[in-house]
Amino acid sequence: MIALLAADLPYWAQTLLRILGGLVAVLLPAGTIVYLFLFKMMSFMQSRLGPMEAGPYGSMQLFAEVGKWLQKEDITPARADRVIFKIAPLVVLASTFLLVAVVPFGPDAWFTNFEAGVFYLLAVSSVSVLGILMAGWSSANKYSLLGGLRAAGQLIAYELPMVLAVIGVIIQAGTMNLQGIVVAQNGGEIFGWNGLGNPYILTQFTGFIIFMIAVQAELTQTPFDMPIAESELVSGYMTEYSGFRFLTFFIAEFATAGVFSLIASVLFLGGWGVPFAWFDWKSIDDVSDWMNVVGPLIMFTKMMVLAFVIMWVRFSYPRFREDQLQRFAWKVLIPISLVNIMITAILKVAF
Amino acid sequence: MTSTESLIDRRQLAYIASQAADARLNVELETDGMTLNIGPQHPATHGTLRIIAHLDGEQVVWAEPSCGYMHRGYEKLTEVRTYPQVTSLVNRIDWLGSFANEVPFILAAEKLMGIEAPPRAQWIRTILFELSRIANVSLFLGDLGVQLGAITPVFMAFRDREHVLNLIEATTGGRFHPNFDRIGGLKDDLPAGFIDETRAVMKTLRNFCTEIEDLLFGNEIFQSRTRGIGVIPKDIAMQYGLSGANARASGIDWDLRRDQSLPMAWDKVDWKVWTHPDGDSFARCWIRLQEVRESTRIVDQLLDNIPAGPIMAKVPRIIKVPEGEAWVSTENPLGEMGYYVVSKGDLGPFRTKIRSASFNNISIVPWILKGVYVPDIITILASLYFILGDIDR
Amino acid sequence: MPKVPGLFKGLGVTLNTLKRTVIDGANTVQYPHEKEAPPTRARGVIALHEGNCTSCMLCVRSCPDWCIYIEGHKEMAPPRRAGGKPRQVNKLDRFDIDYALCMYCGICVDVCPFDALFWSPEYEYSEPKIADLLHDKAKLSEWMETVPEAPALEVGAEKKGKK
Repeated sequence: MIALLAADLPYWAQTLLRILGGLVAVLLPAGTIVYLFLFKMMSFMQSRLGPMEAGPYGSMQLFAEVGKWLQKEDITPARADRVIFKIAPLVVLASTFLLVAVVPFGPDAWFTNFEAGVFYLLAVSSVSVLGILMAGWSSANKYSLLGGLRAAGQLIAYELPMVLAVIGVIIQAGTMNLQGIVVAQNGGEIFGWNGLGNPYILTQFTGFIIFMIAVQAELTQTPFDMPIAESELVSGYMTEYSGFRFLTFFIAEFATAGVFSLIASVLFLGGWGVPFAWFDWKSIDDVSDWMNVVGPLIMFTKMMVLAFVIMWVRFSYPRFREDQLQRFAWKVLIPISLVNIMITAILKVAF
Repeated sequence: MTSTESLIDRRQLAYIASQAADARLNVELETDGMTLNIGPQHPATHGTLRIIAHLDGEQVVWAEPSCGYMHRGYEKLTEVRTYPQVTSLVNRIDWLGSFANEVPFILAAEKLMGIEAPPRAQWIRTILFELSRIANVSLFLGDLGVQLGAITPVFMAFRDREHVLNLIEATTGGRFHPNFDRIGGLKDDLPAGFIDETRAVMKTLRNFCTEIEDLLFGNEIFQSRTRGIGVIPKDIAMQYGLSGANARASGIDWDLRRDQSLPMAWDKVDWKVWTHPDGDSFARCWIRLQEVRESTRIVDQLLDNIPAGPIMAKVPRIIKVPEGEAWVSTENPLGEMGYYVVSKGDLGPFRTKIRSASFNNISIVPWILKGVYVPDIITILASLYFILGDIDR
Repeated sequence: MPKVPGLFKGLGVTLNTLKRTVIDGANTVQYPHEKEAPPTRARGVIALHEGNCTSCMLCVRSCPDWCIYIEGHKEMAPPRRAGGKPRQVNKLDRFDIDYALCMYCGICVDVCPFDALFWSPEYEYSEPKIADLLHDKAKLSEWMETVPEAPALEVGAEKKGKK
């Protein structure tokens, strides 16, 4: 959509469109995930109904919550490092917006489309670590400090399996451009059969599992929620935050869950596309324009499925201990993903 | 820290050390311990227990529980209250299994008076005792999940525990504080329909146990968090005076329901005392899970043949307990709970010593927390299972 | 049958519960819209049958936290039979229960020798101001309407003579 209109619009209008599009792309999935999964699915898994009063079936609950948080006082602890304390949540949220910038939603619907897309993506996803570390350190609270340190250790440890899992995809697609990866999946074929294209969840299943585990850890969701760990560290790095700044953390948490689901669906589930063979498309230039409308919907559906899995695991499992979590990353995930890369490379050369 | 130093000394030393650490912080980059106060207000202590932990990184150098934030002075209060009033006070001690608190006190008073409740009262007492054990321990099973980060089990626990509370409420009138036990028997008989309803509830509870086993105990993450964590060897458990499931998890085959003869109905039915040789957190949790199952079995068997008859022995309307001293303890949900009642022939006891299980059980905390990681503090505290009212009284 | 790993079993339990909640409905009650009836023995609020009270002060003295306040005076009532002596009766001036203090132990109801106090399972009497929780004689008498009949007893119970 953005790229379609970009040709005949002035620069400021393009920028405005991009900002609006980014807000929609980040906040809409976040809101849906919070309502559908955090409020409703979690409640149903616990034999209760969840919020029912605000709006029909509690659908306006999120707005009520936002209103509540906005009314609260924005407290800064006396001994906190004020400036850093105040910008830390924004850094975390900024990382989410930067992530969504390269995600393609349709053949022409993207914010930016640059060659090293995957590379950029993995780079900016670690910006949130900075924000979390800043929040943990500047709160002048021992619990926050412990939470921040844990978060830093964990996020850096799980960055690696994530990168290594994606390398398999990159080898197979032969490009780091996310749009290129989508095209490679939908236009591809598995051993000559192209009925489904080649979604990498089938050929890169190990990579997909490792990627999802790493995403779970990046999002600090249970079973990897050691940095937040409300039963031992109260809320970890978020302990001292209240009001608007807590809301920012909250939005960032679920928006990042949505954006990572989008990325995972681009990398492994074929993104916005349908198998090109169904409509006899040969390349991205043949794809009809209506895919710019249907594509985002397909993406959204895939995102919801992945977010469902993420949240399902979150509500079912207890959490790891910090050392077990590190051991799991370094001794299990990284070796497996290295082997996965090797096998992928060999097969790529062989066929 | 040597054992000769008192708690106050240790606390002062810790304070001085932390002050010195603050002063040195900007002078030189030396690694220094950090004192972390877990509590008095903390989500993991379900109450106001304070654990002072001296940390080196995430490892505990030493830890000390500091209790008394919720001291309500029940031992002193019993001296100025009459026996019926004391019953309503003491069921606030362990507020999750409150009927079980009344029983040993009433038994002690009955022992002093030389009377015994009629058989029907004994059976109903035992049923309610076991129901309160189920209410207490099933909440532990759910709470355990929350302490370890799984949020769903606690809702399942509340969901199924509700049925047990409903039974207790239908019988006694109070959900949490029944105040149903009287010297010489019970306040009232069972309402009609109680037996059938209880059978159905026991079935639900057994389903709940299976669910928790699948959701939590079978989970590999849960096992890796609890197995081998906080191991209490048998002799250490004996030395610190652990009781209840904590002792049984260390391999001590000791259950007051079986090992002493009280005017209760436990010896009339067939059940098993579970022990576990490991002594770690998993063993403690597992023992409690089995105990809920055993309790449902006990209740089921007791329901089969409740004897008919009166529920109250012949006692005067105004009870004066004759002079003397008596000690009665029972196997409460948390461990051994006993009352030492001294009577001078008055309307109320002259002095009561309450031996509550949690207070002795957490005495092992300084020993067991040495050298563990911060997340394990929570695991160990959760598996030791204390209730603040039971610690501070 | 091969052993299912605990991780997947756990996921199955939550999914089953999800399914059950969607199909059979939740186990919770949407409180202000639908209410659960408490059992007849539930200790909700104490009702006063004013005519039976002789202001003997037994309940006041047996209350563990002294939340009952009684004031009364003696009055001469006309004789029962014609030509008899006028009787002396205790007239109740004040009977207050402070529900902010009450711990719902039920001792007052037990000790009352003249059946003047009853338990009612009614529970909705919260107040914005704590002072309003002090229920006076008139209010306590109003609760009398909500007192249910005592429930039937389980088989094998012996009917008691008194109360």
